[in-house]
Amino acid sequence: MTGAARPEEGVLVEARHVTRILDLAVPVRLVHDIELKVESGEFVTITGPSGSGKSSLLYLLGLLDVPSEGEVLIGGKTTAGLSSNELAALRLSRLGFVFQFHFLLPEFSVLHNVMLPMQRLGRLSERELTERGMALLDRLGIADQAEKMPDQLSGGQRQRVAIARSLGNDPHIILADEPTGNLDTKNSEVVRDIFRRLAEEEGRTIIAVTHEPAFAEAAMRNVHLVDGEIVSDTRHPD
Amino acid sequence: MFWRVAFSIAASQLTHRRRQTVVSVLGVALGVGFFIGVSSIMSGSEKDFVDRLVNSAPHITVKDEFRDPAKQPVFIRFPKAAVKLENVKPREYLRGIKNYGEKVDELSQRPGYVAEAALTGQAIVRYANKDMSASLIGIDPEKEKLLTRVAEDMREGRLERLRTASDGIVIGSGMSTRLSLKLGDLASVVSPAGQVKRMKVVGIFHTGNLMLDYGQIYMLLKDAQVLLDKPFIANQLRIKVPDPNAAEGIAAALEARWGYRSESWQEVNRDILGLFIIRNAIMYSIVSAIMIVASFGIFNIISTVVLEKRRDIAILMSMGFREADIQYIFLMQGFIVGVLGMLMGWAIGWGILAILGQVEFTVPGMADRQGFVLDKSFQQWAIGGVFSLVAAIGAAWIPARKASQVHPVDIIRGAV
Repeated sequence: MTGAARPEEGVLVEARHVTRILDLAVPVRLVHDIELKVESGEFVTITGPSGSGKSSLLYLLGLLDVPSEGEVLIGGKTTAGLSSNELAALRLSRLGFVFQFHFLLPEFSVLHNVMLPMQRLGRLSERELTERGMALLDRLGIADQAEKMPDQLSGGQRQRVAIARSLGNDPHIILADEPTGNLDTKNSEVVRDIFRRLAEEEGRTIIAVTHEPAFAEAAMRNVHLVDGEIVSDTRHPD
Repeated sequence: MFWRVAFSIAASQLTHRRRQTVVSVLGVALGVGFFIGVSSIMSGSEKDFVDRLVNSAPHITVKDEFRDPAKQPVFIRFPKAAVKLENVKPREYLRGIKNYGEKVDELSQRPGYVAEAALTGQAIVRYANKDMSASLIGIDPEKEKLLTRVAEDMREGRLERLRTASDGIVIGSGMSTRLSLKLGDLASVVSPAGQVKRMKVVGIFHTGNLMLDYGQIYMLLKDAQVLLDKPFIANQLRIKVPDPNAAEGIAAALEARWGYRSESWQEVNRDILGLFIIRNAIMYSIVSAIMIVASFGIFNIISTVVLEKRRDIAILMSMGFREADIQYIFLMQGFIVGVLGMLMGWAIGWGILAILGQVEFTVPGMADRQGFVLDKSFQQWAIGGVFSLVAAIGAAWIPARKASQVHPVDIIRGAV
């Protein structure tokens, strides 16, 4: 019902010599010469001390930001030189974002929030949209909250709504920026499990920035960043 | 359908700031409403006035005068020389339009034209030992009926009875009251030429214009010729043309051909028609000012929403909404305010028209109490509506552009 992503083989997200320099009065180097390949179905966490550039790297991989040098490839195709509209179209259909803060639109019900990206894509009828939205909420165990407004929900529930929203257009790649950063231990555990299931059961590719060791351990692979450069890239033996 | 998504987002953000939205909508609505009220008075009175000018008087009057005195031969012979002539007396010539019968016949043959020869002059009407001076005009009743509204303004009797009664006159209601002169009474009419005629009142008209009601009398052309001692003379050609707006050009052509001063209704009323242009300019400036103030209100609310909703904008962009989508959402907000303002403005305008329709007042120079003549044509409503939409969307433009330039990474970083 939730439409498990068709597994796509090979390298899904790739960074080639990616450098990002903020062009301020004193230029700030966020990340430097990043080489990274993420295969389809991998659950990767990016860790590092604060200011190490892990969020910046995530935004670059998620096409929210463009590199100063180098290129990001999605599904083997380069995104260098794409217009902002083409990048938006890629984000809409192939990427899903989850942030530390849930970023739900406060004027819309939980269900409507989940439906927004699907409505923008415009491939489904209104009835199908509602059904799919409900199915996603059900998958994340919050179908009973569908008609509530975001501010009536607990932090953990809101984050699950945000995850449901990111899955709306059935993207192969989920990017998460400290998704458990605002949650207590119990809710963190729930969210962590959701991500693991999304990778293991549905074959989605997950790239998550975190500073929680427990979260990093749940992943298959861990990339450690210091001062904008990759210092270690370890795979857990399952 | 993307517009539905955009509309739901735009509408939810406006309802979130309900009070500000209502104020903005009211601003637009008042602008539209007042515009409709004012412009329907303005354009109504203008149309009414022009209507009266066109229908109650001949479109063109050819007079037995010349615009410029004839040039002295010496000026024609030496056009560039400095010549001074002293003691030049205007030439005395027999007044009247030459061959007026032929001219009337020729004009009458043109399709849609009505032409009439008339003789005007002064007279004194005497009855029951009271005198009143009057402008008399000798006419042809059948043609006068088509040229002016005097036949419709008859209160008693009929204009056509001039033809059947011998020595009949038609007088105004004011004169009738002041001289106690009733239908069928015989009054003495005295002309400056010294002629006196006993004439029978066959009709009394009432126009509401005091000058006419007290001082205008009508009689047959031949009676006027006898009374004024100007046999076979007419000093005016009164002409109605099929298209009143073409009267000016036709008058110029007639003047060029015959030499007689030919006045179109536009020429006679040029100063008044000029005033209408100034009046309209004033009205549009005032309405524009109201709309500009109203659009500041819209600009204000949408700017506030954009500032407040930067986080929502960032998340929509990260989801895959394009910059143009974001701009569209905020332009849509302007559009919603504009449409609501327009609808409410129409309602206010309708109310203002209903109130104005009941007002009555007296105008100096007019005998009857009058109401506003309102122009209720579709045009005012359309112009008001366009005004409000342009103001609203124009005001939304800048904040909408600003919203589309939000950089999601900056906002998301800042929020964490």
